[in-house]
Amino acid sequence: MIKINSSSGVSSTGSVAAAPMNAVMPLFAVFAVTLILICLSIQPAVAEEVALSAVQNQGKQLAFERSKGNCLACHQMADGALAGNVGPPLLQMQARFPDRAVLREQIADARIRNPGTIMPPFEAHGILSAEEVDAIVEYLYAL
Amino acid sequence: MRTRLWISIVGSLIAAQCFGVFAESSAQTTPKAMASEQSAAAPEDIEAQVNLDVEVFQGFFAKRFSAVEFADYRNGVYALDEASREQWLEIEEFPPYEFSVDDGETLFETPFANGKTYADCFDNGGINIRQNYPFFDETLGEVITLELAINRCRESNGEQPLGYKKGAIASISAYMASTSVDQLMHPEVASDAAFKAYNEGKKFFYSKRGQLNFSCADCHMRVSGLRLRAEVLGPALGQATGFPVYRSKWMELGTLHRRYAGCNKNVRALPFAAQSTEYRNLEYFQSVMSRGLTINGPSARK
Ligand code: HEC
Ligand code: HEC
Repeated sequence: MIKINSSSGVSSTGSVAAAPMNAVMPLFAVFAVTLILICLSIQPAVAEEVALSAVQNQGKQLAFERSKGNCLACHQMADGALAGNVGPPLLQMQARFPDRAVLREQIADARIRNPGTIMPPFEAHGILSAEEVDAIVEYLYAL
Repeated sequence: MRTRLWISIVGSLIAAQCFGVFAESSAQTTPKAMASEQSAAAPEDIEAQVNLDVEVFQGFFAKRFSAVEFADYRNGVYALDEASREQWLEIEEFPPYEFSVDDGETLFETPFANGKTYADCFDNGGINIRQNYPFFDETLGEVITLELAINRCRESNGEQPLGYKKGAIASISAYMASTSVDQLMHPEVASDAAFKAYNEGKKFFYSKRGQLNFSCADCHMRVSGLRLRAEVLGPALGQATGFPVYRSKWMELGTLHRRYAGCNKNVRALPFAAQSTEYRNLEYFQSVMSRGLTINGPSARK
């Protein structure tokens, strides 16, 4: 608590004009702490609130399951536990892969974009079916 | 001759740099260098090629993990992973393989039905010789690993061979390794035939295989030190020095070839038989790459 307080105090000092600092400080501190507390309490709720459609849910399961996509072996993904760090974290997929076909191809056969990739060619090697890849793409777009 | 060697050297440099890049499928191999290795080469040329491979291979790790001391690579993943190293050091204080080593010693000293013992089959009575394995037997024209030599010793004395993955053979191998701790690995590649076996092992190491399409080099070089799920990937350098190992997951000792089979299965590839030519050549290649490291088997692993 003390730690949060002092560091947010420092950052507010930096952004506000220097004059009546002493009087304003506690106020800012209280404000900052409240803000942080609100954020902390809201965050998990927000993450869970993203309602997944049925197909997205299926995609999530496929992505997490060790005998299927096992994407977590290499990628951090939202609430996936014990993720590896061989590949980049998968987030903001829609913004970063506006073209659905490009994202799909990365999963179906990552060697097309990067012949030297270490990511398994999921559809090309029959690890996942076409429908399963589609479901995972749907899930990724929810990230 | 000279040009061939240079083509071969440059090729293997490129291959080593792009681990697995050329390898598209399980059947395909990485190093372009292979093509030029068919022809007979003079011993100095073989020596030069192998030395260069070792230099590139060890150089890769020196650069990737600049804080890790060379000698520490014999400790596998614990050379890289601080978090599990502490735990491992504690385990090594009361080694879980101790009973197996004792068993191995008893087995080693128990005479066969004909009155002879293992000691009669090996140099120096089998003591302090683990570091001489594997080697390429120029007469037989094949790689001889310690476990293979143990079984051939049995067979030449009229005994049944032992299973190669665990049990008695692992205990005997563990005992023999324990008498050789800190001895230098120094496998030689001194003939065309040896070079061919070495290159087979090298090809195996860099080839993508299995439904998941991984090469050994993918996991144990390219992304070594990173995590697959919660598991840190250990370095390929030193992989042959610490075996057999007691794995907590196995709750017993296992041989190097048992581990090879495990890693093959993990990528959904068909494993080869323990002590198959494929795995022996792979062990040979891996041991040459680990030149300069010392024996520290048996060891404990997760
Ligand atoms: C063995 C490791 C591994 C596994 C398993 C894996 N990936 Fe990857 N992935 C990578 C690597 C490495 C990259 C970096 C780009 C490349 O090399 O292809 C990557 C890149 C990606 C990208 C592009 C990310 C970006 O920001 O460019 C997406 C999307 C992706 N992976 C999705 C998946 C999905 C979905 C799964 C499971 C079905 C999966 N990956 C499984 C290793 C892996
Ligand atoms: C998909 C990843 C992956 C591939 C591919 C892979 N391994 Fe492994 N290997 C592991 C992991 C994870 C471990 C356990 C951590 C460690 O010791 O590195 C391991 C452990 C080992 C060990 C035990 C090391 C020790 O000190 O106990 C050996 C030996 C080994 N691998 C050899 C190989 C060889 C040879 C190949 C290729 C035929 C291979 N591996 C392919 C992931 C892989």
